[in-house]
Amino acid sequence: MQSTAHSFSANVAAALADPNLQDSLAKLKVGFSERRRQAAERLPEFEALRDRARDIKNHTLANLDFYLEEFERKVTALGGHVHWAPTAADARRIIADLCKSVGARTIAKSKSMVSEEIGLNEHLESIGVEPVETDLGEYIIQLRHEPPSHIIAPAVHLTKDQVADTFFEHHKKLGFTKRLTERNDLVAEARYVLRQKFIDADVGLNGANFLVAETGSSMLVTNEGNADLSNTLPRMQIVLASIEKVIPTLEDAAVLLRVLARSATGQESSAYTSLNTGPKRDGDLDGPSSYHVVILDNGRSSVLGTKMQDMLRCIRCGACMNHCPVYGAIGGHAYGWVYPGPIGAVLTPQLIGVEEAGNLPNASTFCGRCESVCPVRIPLPSLMRHWREREFERHLTPRPVRQGLALWAFFARRPKLYRRATALANRLLALFGRADGRYRSLPLAGGWTRFRDFPAPQRGGTFHAQWTRHGGTRTKP
Amino acid sequence: MNAGRSQILDGIRRSLRRGELSGDARNEVEQRLAAPPRGPEVARAQLDPSGKVALFCQWAEANNATVARVAAADVPAEVTSYLARNNLPARAAMAPSSQLDRYDWASQKMLSLRKGRAEASDQVSITGAFAGIAETGTLVMASGPEHPVTLNLLPDTHIVVLSEADIVAGYEDVWARLRARYGKSRMPRTVNTITGPSRTGDIEQAIELGAHGPRRMHIVVVRD
Repeated sequence: MQSTAHSFSANVAAALADPNLQDSLAKLKVGFSERRRQAAERLPEFEALRDRARDIKNHTLANLDFYLEEFERKVTALGGHVHWAPTAADARRIIADLCKSVGARTIAKSKSMVSEEIGLNEHLESIGVEPVETDLGEYIIQLRHEPPSHIIAPAVHLTKDQVADTFFEHHKKLGFTKRLTERNDLVAEARYVLRQKFIDADVGLNGANFLVAETGSSMLVTNEGNADLSNTLPRMQIVLASIEKVIPTLEDAAVLLRVLARSATGQESSAYTSLNTGPKRDGDLDGPSSYHVVILDNGRSSVLGTKMQDMLRCIRCGACMNHCPVYGAIGGHAYGWVYPGPIGAVLTPQLIGVEEAGNLPNASTFCGRCESVCPVRIPLPSLMRHWREREFERHLTPRPVRQGLALWAFFARRPKLYRRATALANRLLALFGRADGRYRSLPLAGGWTRFRDFPAPQRGGTFHAQWTRHGGTRTKP
Repeated sequence: MNAGRSQILDGIRRSLRRGELSGDARNEVEQRLAAPPRGPEVARAQLDPSGKVALFCQWAEANNATVARVAAADVPAEVTSYLARNNLPARAAMAPSSQLDRYDWASQKMLSLRKGRAEASDQVSITGAFAGIAETGTLVMASGPEHPVTLNLLPDTHIVVLSEADIVAGYEDVWARLRARYGKSRMPRTVNTITGPSRTGDIEQAIELGAHGPRRMHIVVVRD
């Protein structure tokens, strides 16, 4: 997927000015996060499960080569095939070759963020294979030629009316001439159209939430059942998964499934979890006759053993973006690439470079909500801070910011001067009036006050001044 | 292909600053695979058998399935009655399983059954289940000649016959049963765990049932 992460600031301005997007985001703020809170409260073991989930992922990452080889051994023993793709181009080529080997004309896809990451659909179209997205949200945005705006709810940025317009426009040629207005009718129409696509597809392609090393199974969680149809009806199943999706055993899967659904949608369990192991067996009446797993690295292995390794624990639940005030204001498209929100601000610079995406981690107040809800306890603010440091080191930070930081650093290294300057600033700001407790506009701070108010300094002088006046003690650092 | 394989595995080892796992480190992970440690136990499902059945039914209903608890002799009548109550045709595709053959289907003169996989035109399917999970009201389906996967997915209405004895506390008990039945590390081609009918929240986050899989799921829990 072509990135627009470099024009993050412009994307943000456009997102804030989009009324449909702002309507949709207002619903997101009360939906997922409230349901997650209730689900977590219903399960007393939830925090212990999160600790365990983190430990399982850490253990796996420390032994990743072993578990991947074990997974491969099990898949092969049951007649499946494992393909190794160091880069996105390798993965595209492997999948294209598999499609050609069965003369595939259409493939039924179930939602896969990794397939977005490698730009699979464009590639398949270029070789004459039609990819059909079957997850309802993915189907909607495929018709609209848009990228997903959320990792588990790809069309969350759209209103029902926009979906109605999209279906009306695209389903006309299939004989649906009425513009629908009810949600259940829209779902029913998509079901009807896509059912035939499942039946006609030569290949089913899906991602994986987990690859289980113990059994050689790919594990996939959905609510719609689309993944299950796509890995049952077509004659070839292809699973596309990145290296960090492997986990040791079924017991580990049980722990991760319990935190995944609750963190993602607040459900006790998603409707469907399917485990596929190899192609169909002798005597089976349905199922694919061949089973392929494509394992993608795409830069992940180089993160192992570094300070940034924690990002590989991610199980793609979306909780960090559901709880992020920045995502809640700008939605997913503004981030400019496949993975939005806090995890996107951490993954994207790693996967496509600090030069392209170094600005994403700046869009955070480090409020810490993402870390507080992450089911595998990824320290997202620390990882974003790390990227800010890399951006600064590489002189990619814009000049006004660098100058501002240099100015601040000058004062910060001279405490006496710092105190005098802040006391002066405090008095100066008071001149602009602080009756409301906030400023709607301030000289030299237009960039801040254009979108939000600037808080007025408290009465009674700076913190240091008040501390001294109240007889607070000091210790030498 | 092998070049890609060693590129990835060598890359991982280089980053982890070690070679291929060996010695004690390798023994340790092999041990962990051989005897998988369980995660924290979910207390709410640690109940006696009748408690598990009740919890299963409660969560299945919370997840939009309907549940009927009947004696073995009444299973076919319950199926016919459910279809009539919901204005559905008395015609179904049924799993060719010995589990279901125990019931006296011939007693239902109006019910027409076809054994095999599901076809696109089938409106109703009847299957057994490998297990039920009390913790979340989840059904577990193991594929095989006696249980084609399409029966779980294609028809609008899925009727599942589940014995009380097959209701267990959590996933961990299902894994133990799968290993006992199919052998350690030898899974059936497909294991579907299913919690209620198919659903989507992809339009404005409002839940709609029947996205791709069944719109209705009826679970007939058979008393021991």
